[in-house]
Amino acid sequence: MTLKEGKTGMTLKIKQIDDSSLKERLMTMGLTPGTKVKVLRAAPLGDPIAISVRSYNLALRRADAENVTVEQVG
Amino acid sequence: MATIAVALTGNPNTGKSTIFNELTGARQKIGNWPGVTVDKKVGYARHQDRAISIVDLPGTYSINARSPEEKIVIDYLMNNKLDLVMDVVDSSNIERNLFLTVQLLEKGIPLLIDLNMADDAERRGIKIDCRKLEDALGMPVVQTVGRSSKSARKLLDIFTSTVMSNYEPSQLVKDHIIKVQEIEASGKTESEKQEEIIEARYALIDTVIAQAVTMSNVGQTKSEKIDRFLANGVLALPIFLAIMYGVFMITFEWIGQPIADALDSLINEDFLDFATDALTDAGVAEWLVSLVCDGIIGGVGAVLTFVPLIFVLFFCLSFLDGTGYMARIAFIMDPIMRRCGLTGKGIMPLMMGFGCGVPAIMGARALDSEKDRMVSILVTPFLTCGAKLPIMALFAAMFFPDNAANVVFAMYISGVIMAIIAAKGLGSSIFKDKGSTFLLELPPYRMPDMKSVLLETWDKGKGYLVKAGTIIFAASVLLWVLSNYNFDGPCEIDESILAVLGGWMSNLFVFHGFATWESGAALLSGIMAKETVVATIGVLYGAADVSTEAADAVESAGQMMQTGMATSFTALSALAFMVFSQLYTPCVTALGTIKKEAGGWKWMAFSAVYMFVIAWVVSLLVYQIGRLLGF
Repeated sequence: MTLKEGKTGMTLKIKQIDDSSLKERLMTMGLTPGTKVKVLRAAPLGDPIAISVRSYNLALRRADAENVTVEQVG
Repeated sequence: MATIAVALTGNPNTGKSTIFNELTGARQKIGNWPGVTVDKKVGYARHQDRAISIVDLPGTYSINARSPEEKIVIDYLMNNKLDLVMDVVDSSNIERNLFLTVQLLEKGIPLLIDLNMADDAERRGIKIDCRKLEDALGMPVVQTVGRSSKSARKLLDIFTSTVMSNYEPSQLVKDHIIKVQEIEASGKTESEKQEEIIEARYALIDTVIAQAVTMSNVGQTKSEKIDRFLANGVLALPIFLAIMYGVFMITFEWIGQPIADALDSLINEDFLDFATDALTDAGVAEWLVSLVCDGIIGGVGAVLTFVPLIFVLFFCLSFLDGTGYMARIAFIMDPIMRRCGLTGKGIMPLMMGFGCGVPAIMGARALDSEKDRMVSILVTPFLTCGAKLPIMALFAAMFFPDNAANVVFAMYISGVIMAIIAAKGLGSSIFKDKGSTFLLELPPYRMPDMKSVLLETWDKGKGYLVKAGTIIFAASVLLWVLSNYNFDGPCEIDESILAVLGGWMSNLFVFHGFATWESGAALLSGIMAKETVVATIGVLYGAADVSTEAADAVESAGQMMQTGMATSFTALSALAFMVFSQLYTPCVTALGTIKKEAGGWKWMAFSAVYMFVIAWVVSLLVYQIGRLLGF
């Protein structure tokens, strides 16, 4: 699955970041393979989403989250 | 002894600027980095008889030189001889913050690492052993708690006593640098290399964290609990609207307006009377008294009375920004803003646009994609800035006495709707091929540091004061000359140069119902500054002291009803005039800002022309459709 399908409360482990113009920025912000993220909540209408990663909170659009492949671990 | 040169670097939201303000107080100079529109802040301090100069570099997450800010940071650090570079780290978010630290160490820049907000981190159960962190990185580490004079003194002590060349990276860091060099030298593609290097950096950070940081029961934080209300689902929107309503009430009703009223009576009554009497008593020629009192004091005074509103609004917005709430607004408004062709991050600059377009246009700097930035710059001037408000208020009070408030509100809405349509249009035409992204840190809620909020308010609002002293001053003199003279010398106003120019201008509005030289002249003066539209109308229709304040609109309307204005407009043509004023070409100050921020005369000319055309068309439609409907 990808981070795009993440639902509130899910803990996800990042497997891979697909090539996109945002890839380097996402990785710089701490979204590296092996890192665990938690989906905290969604904005009204469900997009963007807020996630907790490396002890801080980050908001991103689902369209950009589609490039992050994850597996659910909790 | 030579001045100690210090540079501050670090991520956004680390309290870096608060430390900078605490260290330097008001001894700062805010300018621009050459060639780009990024603030350059330099401050000075004295400690133990040493002069210290401190540069506050822009807050960045990395130094990949992808954005102007990142480029500035790395260029400045690589090309200047600095005695000390301090990397400000938010202790409660140390993992991601260390990414920049590691990148800087790779560049061979020795760092003083400042673990800021140490108290915050401790409350969250994050304990950092400074000694172990020093050993792990090989660099000196200091702990501070943000805004405190004790922390500032501690830092100044370190600045004056530390010799950075005594430090060198630890073996751990050296090994990492070799690894990075190996990756660089490998034959892989650029993007593969970048990926591997970023992973290597986080691997190093994980090792360092394991050695120096203990995290115990990092449970749900206070910010999390607050966010369940302020940033969660549909409930967040009414709360946002309520908070914004509060901001506008504070600005236009509770605090800003009373101060503006007091200032108005001080300038336009007390000072004006005093100046008139003093000049007349001194035997100054009548024309000069008129120039100084009617022209300059009237014109500049009209703008100055507006300053309190601007400053109060910007204070509120800066305060909200300091708490971290602005990031939540960007988050919850992104779905709506995105559908309008904008981005959630654009909400803060747009809200400033209801005060004054100039800082609003400058605020678009914060947006990270070129498309979002340009669209935001080009649509902001459609909004009802504070200077347009008096026009709306006066016309509404005169021609729609029973519905004045609704009509003014409708004008606000028409500006917003036009901004949305324009954003959609620009986004799908000129900027079609440029992407828009949204990646935003949601920092913990914090009580903002008042000194930083005030400095930021001043920084954003001072442009308005400068405008009063320069453009408005010149425009006032020019308008006075144009309205009192023609090429044969002094004359009555309806034979003046202004009347001639206004007459030409009015030819454009034959089908709009307001083809009088008076409205032509008023609109022409509005390009210099929207504040002067009402003042010009007042002068032209012979009601000299018409207040340019929205709050006095009913009183002014009473005065104006006695003049020819009541008969030169119908309710419908007044509405068409309001719509035109709402949407047409921004004032010269805003145009100048657009040129600077959008990067060229081309965009300035584009914005002047496209807004004029849109205003002309919409206003025409309002008048003609209104006539068809029988109004």
